[in-house]
Amino acid sequence: MSNFSATEPSSRQKWVAGTLVILYAVITMLPLLWIIATGFKSPSDSIAYPPKVMFEPTLEGYVNLFTTRTRATPEILEKLGEPATWYDRIVRQYNMVISGPSRYLERFFNSVIIGFGSTFFAIVLGTLAAYAFSRFKVPLKDDLLFFILSTRMMPPIAVAIPIFLMFRQLGLNDTHAGMILLYTAINLSLAVWLIHGFIDEIPIEYEEAALVDGYTRFQAFYKVVLPQASTGIASTAIFCLIFAWNEYALAVLLTSGTAQTAPPFIPTIIGVGGQDWPAVAAGATIFLMPVMIFTVLLRKHLLRGITFGAVRK
Amino acid sequence: MAKVILEKVSKKFGDTIALHDVSMTIPDGSFVVLLGPTGAGKTTTLRMVSGLDELDSGNVFIGGQPVRGLTPAQRNVAVVFQQYSLYPHLSVRENLAFPLKSPLLKTSAAEIARKVSEVAEVLQISHKLDNKATALSGGEMQRVSIGRALVRNPNIYLMDEPLSSLDAKLRSDLRVELKRIQANTGATLLYVTHDQIEAMTMATHVGVLDKGKLVQFGSPKEIYENPVSIYAASRLGQPRINVLPADIFNGAPKNASSIGLRPEQIQQGKGEESVVKSVERLGDQTRLHLFFKSHDIVTVTDAHTSLRVGDIVKIQPVSPFYFDADGARLT
Repeated sequence: MSNFSATEPSSRQKWVAGTLVILYAVITMLPLLWIIATGFKSPSDSIAYPPKVMFEPTLEGYVNLFTTRTRATPEILEKLGEPATWYDRIVRQYNMVISGPSRYLERFFNSVIIGFGSTFFAIVLGTLAAYAFSRFKVPLKDDLLFFILSTRMMPPIAVAIPIFLMFRQLGLNDTHAGMILLYTAINLSLAVWLIHGFIDEIPIEYEEAALVDGYTRFQAFYKVVLPQASTGIASTAIFCLIFAWNEYALAVLLTSGTAQTAPPFIPTIIGVGGQDWPAVAAGATIFLMPVMIFTVLLRKHLLRGITFGAVRK
Repeated sequence: MAKVILEKVSKKFGDTIALHDVSMTIPDGSFVVLLGPTGAGKTTTLRMVSGLDELDSGNVFIGGQPVRGLTPAQRNVAVVFQQYSLYPHLSVRENLAFPLKSPLLKTSAAEIARKVSEVAEVLQISHKLDNKATALSGGEMQRVSIGRALVRNPNIYLMDEPLSSLDAKLRSDLRVELKRIQANTGATLLYVTHDQIEAMTMATHVGVLDKGKLVQFGSPKEIYENPVSIYAASRLGQPRINVLPADIFNGAPKNASSIGLRPEQIQQGKGEESVVKSVERLGDQTRLHLFFKSHDIVTVTDAHTSLRVGDIVKIQPVSPFYFDADGARLT
């Protein structure tokens, strides 16, 4: 009996559990690692069969991602002389010259503006609405909350055509403002519901204490409720950002030139002169970074946020 | 500090009447204790004065000014809540400094440091100032929450059973401390408690609440010696007043339906016989549980009494209270 303890697992149990966790981590991380690795392969390595696990890394994919190139005749190449930089040299192997930057950076920053912008608005509006629902007597409160939730009951793409027509009327097609508005609207219901749950869990006595300590209701909200809801708000922000960052279907429909985000752009990279998988993978790798950094920065909150409410007090 | 007047204050929560026409004058510098069982309206009274709940009718005057419609901050009141009142994301020091930093007070940093350490000293929490508020024991949390009220100089301190979660030793220490602070600073306090020792020792005035109505208001001595009803008489005194049918002893007035006997109103050694049911030795006194004409009576006797279970004790009433059929005092 003493071999089994309810609190302290045996070393063998720990070993088995550890192996399982590592195995699971490897399986889930594998596609991600494959993408990152592909970004550093040459185009021929990237489509080699059987697939190459060991390969000579090159920055070709990244150079191709950030540049546009044109094929040059041997005479022109000769006239240009030796390549001036390391990336010129990479391009020169294929008898190409760099003709300018690609549009990837532009698309990437569109994603940053639209993703973080819509997350910001969804969180600000969602927090204020959730606070009101949680603390004030709102007429038809339950019906309103249900209505807000119901906006999430069908996939957003189902209303893509009406939205497209509305956006066209309003001149919002292919604008940053239009996309921020759209993603904010989609994320808002999630934000209100999640944050509402978190604020409900904060005893009202804290605010009352702040009110008698000489603060106004807004100051009490700002100084007492917000810090305590930060866990919930942070995890909600991550969910909102992940949605807005990854959204593809509406971005394809509603953006083309100026406000196009990275997801619709990345697949188009492949079309420029053959199947350039390393460039696609490089684009995907860079695209992954912001959400990854954001999540890592807020990871403490995220974990606490996901388990929040699991234990009823 | 200021005089606080409640004028015909009424409050309903849904269909429940929480307060009904409560009028009360809390003199400047007084220590008013509200007594009553759960649901009597004690906490509601406190919240009406604090402004955390809006009253339905009537008015509250603080320092002569009507405060109906004003926020708690505008009323400048300090509240000690029964529970949950420390800001969990702040340290003990920040908790104590919180009211001083409010836009209402805007205290200088040096003054904040001085006041915080002064209050921490009094409440014996100086060594915990840099702890997170959540890393304290229940008693420490409650002391910090009292401290957060004491750092201020409000019109009135409102305290809702502030000592109920503390252990006996700390409770009696803080009882003395609160009384001393109140006496020294001339603070006005409105204090809710279940504990009649707190009421007797600290209060200058006691308000007895029953189902949202103020049934008696006066000094603790007055309420103890001159209660208006069985209900008010039962609020104070330990052991509790014995209430028996009036005709159990001779000499009851005609319209009396019950007789109230505090231990000191029962003379031992004379009168009619009763049987000792049990003897409780409390150290400084001994409680006698007597059986008298099929009624139980609890009284107090000499600490070193030789009485034992089954012994016969003669008892007779000495200037007892008589009450009518509705429980109101007959005079």
